[in-house]
Amino acid sequence: MELIKPSFGLIFWMLIGFGILFFILAKFAWPVITGGIASRNKKIQDQLDEAERVHTELENINQKYQAMLAEAKSERDAILNEARVVTEKMKEEALLKAEQQSQAIIEDAKKAINYEKLKAITDVKNEIANLSIEIAEKVIGEELKDEARQKQLIEKWVKDCNLN
Amino acid sequence: MSIAVMAVLCFFFPISGQAADASGDGFQAGPFIIDHVTDSYGWHICGEGDKSVTIPLPVILVDGGRPVVFMSSKFHHGHAAYKGYALGWGDQKGSIVKLTDDYTGPLEEGGEYAVDHVCKFNVSITKNVCALFISLILIAWIFLSVAKQYKQRPDQAPRGMQALVEPVIVFLQDEVINPSLGKHADKYAPYLLTLFFFILLNNLMGLIPIFPGGANLTGNIAVTGILALITFFITTFSAGKEYWVDIFNTPGVPWWLKLPAPIMPFVELIGIFTKPFVLMVRLFANITAGHIIVLGFISLIFIFGQMAPALGYGVSVVSIFFYIFMGCLELLVAFIQAFVFTLLSAIYIGMACGHEESTELVK
Repeated sequence: MELIKPSFGLIFWMLIGFGILFFILAKFAWPVITGGIASRNKKIQDQLDEAERVHTELENINQKYQAMLAEAKSERDAILNEARVVTEKMKEEALLKAEQQSQAIIEDAKKAINYEKLKAITDVKNEIANLSIEIAEKVIGEELKDEARQKQLIEKWVKDCNLN
Repeated sequence: MSIAVMAVLCFFFPISGQAADASGDGFQAGPFIIDHVTDSYGWHICGEGDKSVTIPLPVILVDGGRPVVFMSSKFHHGHAAYKGYALGWGDQKGSIVKLTDDYTGPLEEGGEYAVDHVCKFNVSITKNVCALFISLILIAWIFLSVAKQYKQRPDQAPRGMQALVEPVIVFLQDEVINPSLGKHADKYAPYLLTLFFFILLNNLMGLIPIFPGGANLTGNIAVTGILALITFFITTFSAGKEYWVDIFNTPGVPWWLKLPAPIMPFVELIGIFTKPFVLMVRLFANITAGHIIVLGFISLIFIFGQMAPALGYGVSVVSIFFYIFMGCLELLVAFIQAFVFTLLSAIYIGMACGHEESTELVK
């Protein structure tokens, strides 16, 4: 049977041909192709890992950012609160101080007024006394022209003085 | 529609001139089919008899210590002898015989010619050898250009031819080579990949009815035999100690099967040879059977056409339908057989290397 009888020629060429094909592909094709596929697989895996890493990192950064934001917010609130308190205090103090100052000014003014009043009264008194003395001198000058009259007056004054 | 298809098919599957002449009375399906699945010294394109278009291929012989080279067209499809060389007939069909006298000229139909000897060293570029060369060039070109693409555009997405072959290579690596060979995968991957694509491409080329396809290369016992033989040698020479221990002292087998009569070692020893033998026969039989069935359907057209032309046309509709169905099936078989041959080769080599998983796989 021709069908199941291997022919020498075909065996011969098959050995040579397949051998050459195998050596060509094994040397120039398969290492390059399988290496290329493996290298690409590695690259894709690396990039996936990198993406995962970046994602995690981003997540971390985001968390940190959120934390920082929250902290900043609370800090701002605290500062604002403090500022409010301080302002309030300052306002109160200022008010108190102003009051005290005005009080003091009023006090001073009262004192000054009193002093001036006293001074004025004293001046008036002195003036009155001088006037009185001048008037008295004039009166006395007229009165004391006789002895009896002098005596009478002195006694009267002494009497007045004692009463004082 | 079917008439047009039939006309095209009649063109590509002509009734063989030799087959018709051999018996003298009309179309004979048997010789027609065998002629189409076996090798020949010229590449028949179309037409029949003297009007046939055939690509002549060189006949290369070493006869009596001297080389003889001439074109196969000198044979006139077996109707002529050249310098005493003629195509064999009867038991010598397929080989080239040397006649007793150095005769050049036509051979009489039914004439008596004395055969001196059959030419043993016959390395003619036959149809199958020519198809082998075409497929070798095609495979080398495909994979060298793909390799070039990997070099030129490293780490980029595959394109063109690269995108076509890469999924197949990755599939083979992930499903066949790595599971069966484990850590030995890198060493044997080049052989297994070459093997797979060689078988696949030739299976597919065999399905194309016109030149440069149409040669039944993977359905030729010599080709499948060489492939199986290579697997056999790789398996045997890469075999570790465990492999031989498994054969000569199979674990888990009762002692009386080994001593005094070594029944089990004998069976296992035969197994070494039956495995590649089965590889050879499986591929050969699957591909050839597919071709024979297709040719059978085509033959039906001519058998019925001889009874009455109208009957031939009628049958052609059915035949074409079955031909298309078989074509689809053969397309599937082309992939499956290439896969099976590669898978089994990988498993045998893996077993020989002592890779546990492939040993498990077989048990």
